Amino acid sequence: MHVEVDQPKCVASGQCVLMAPDVFDQDDDGIVELLTDRPGPGHRDGVREAAAVCPAAAIRLEEE
Amino acid sequence: MTETLPDAQAQLPEHPMPRAAGCPFDPPPTLRELRSSAPISRVRIWDGTSPWLITRYDHVRALLGDPRVSADPAHGGYPHRNAAMRARERDQRTFITMDDPEHARLRRMVTGPFAIRKMEALRPSVQRLVDDQIDAMLAGPNPADLVTALALPVPSLVICRLLGVPYGDHDLFQRNTQVIVRRTSTPEEVVGATRALTDYLDDLLIVKRKHPEDDLLSTLVTERVDTGGMTQREAARMGVLLLAAGHETTANMITLGTLALLQNPEQLALLRDCPDPGVVAGAVEELLRYLTITHSGRRRVVLDDIEIDGQVLHAGEGLILANDIANRDPEAFPDPDRLDVTRDARRHVAFGYGVHQCLGQPLARVELQAVYGTLYRRVPTLALATDIDRLEFKHDGLVYGVYELPVTW
Ligand code: HEM
Ligand code: SF4
Repeated sequence: MHVEVDQPKCVASGQCVLMAPDVFDQDDDGIVELLTDRPGPGHRDGVREAAAVCPAAAIRLEEE
Repeated sequence: MTETLPDAQAQLPEHPMPRAAGCPFDPPPTLRELRSSAPISRVRIWDGTSPWLITRYDHVRALLGDPRVSADPAHGGYPHRNAAMRARERDQRTFITMDDPEHARLRRMVTGPFAIRKMEALRPSVQRLVDDQIDAMLAGPNPADLVTALALPVPSLVICRLLGVPYGDHDLFQRNTQVIVRRTSTPEEVVGATRALTDYLDDLLIVKRKHPEDDLLSTLVTERVDTGGMTQREAARMGVLLLAAGHETTANMITLGTLALLQNPEQLALLRDCPDPGVVAGAVEELLRYLTITHSGRRRVVLDDIEIDGQVLHAGEGLILANDIANRDPEAFPDPDRLDVTRDARRHVAFGYGVHQCLGQPLARVELQAVYGTLYRRVPTLALATDIDRLEFKHDGLVYGVYELPVTW
């Protein structure tokens, strides 16, 4: 799985951090930051959930 | 504008619709019927116009996330909630009714303090506050009103600390917020209350400039106003938005959530008897979904024609996105009318969706988790001290809830 985030689109809802705290973080302004763009198997469900709830469609996933 | 023939228009369902008697937690039955028979359909509102009412979960999300949809009431066709909201002067606007890029510029000035890590750091002090309020309630008269004993003070104290507003002034900001959220307030009353709050925040910003502290208002005035990023009046309006949205909504969730749990004792037991914070967090999401207290619908207007599910929504037409009934959509939530604190409800739209999705949601979650995770464990005998039919529900409120919740233990 490959993850990308679109920081200009992010509205700092924090939802992705709640869903997958080992993959997503927030900078000082609350904007999303990736901790890894290739999450391990244990984190993939959380990442899918994060992409599904992100209110700004700022998370893109490629399953491989 | 929204043109419909006069007699066709007279037959349109009126919005808002009444809830069914005896079902205080369920959205109006007409909303449910429309969602299955005509999920994109016109309704008639107070000023005689006929905006679209959107009731399906997937449609609500799609439209709230669509950049061709505007939150700016200055566009013709925008479905105002009432005369008072229409009368709110343009100089009283905040980013909740602006579009990007202006919205994003202003929102980003205040997103930092609401980041998850900051909220986690706040959790112990929120927990202490909840415990203190419960101690005080238990030491006071029994029965008590949960609104004044717990529901209003907890979020008010928390948002005051975060912003740097003296809690001693809570009468002033709670009273004026009540005027703004009451649907029956006159335009003069709403404009007056908004101005009173803005003047109050404006004065406070002057104090903060002289004596900056470690709080959001001090940061706004020193890092944004004094550097030319925004005017002081803009900062004051932003303070009003955060102060008002920061206490009224959470307070209603605390009371209505408690009432819903008292009416569903087996659900209350699940929550009370399991010390796992994950269970409490899940229950918070389910109560947000089930109760969806922002029951007036999100208000928007179409800027460019949009085709959705075979229907064209034209530029200049108003939209009411009913997030309450969307959260009861069986396509999104199986058996949606059942309160089930163990379900995964995290995809709910109780905080809205799209770029305006609630800025304060991480804070609301921490507050609600602290209250729901503590109150019923510390007061296992908690019970309603009156008949549910005698409670006064906020049918007339922009945000749903109860005016008073007498409880005993
Ligand atoms: C359980 C409690 C809460 C609920 C149910 C709630 C609900 C909502 C909803 C539905 C919206 C979207 C408005 C729209 O799309 O038109 C919103 C926006 C907002 N909320 Fe909350 N809210 C809650 C708590 C809070 C708290 C604690 C704050 C604290 C500061 C807050 C601040 C805001 C702000 C500033 C916006 C505007 C965001 C924007 O336009 O970008 N809310 N809220
Ligand atoms: S869920 Fe989306 S909008 Fe929210 S912080 Fe993460 S990337 Fe940003």
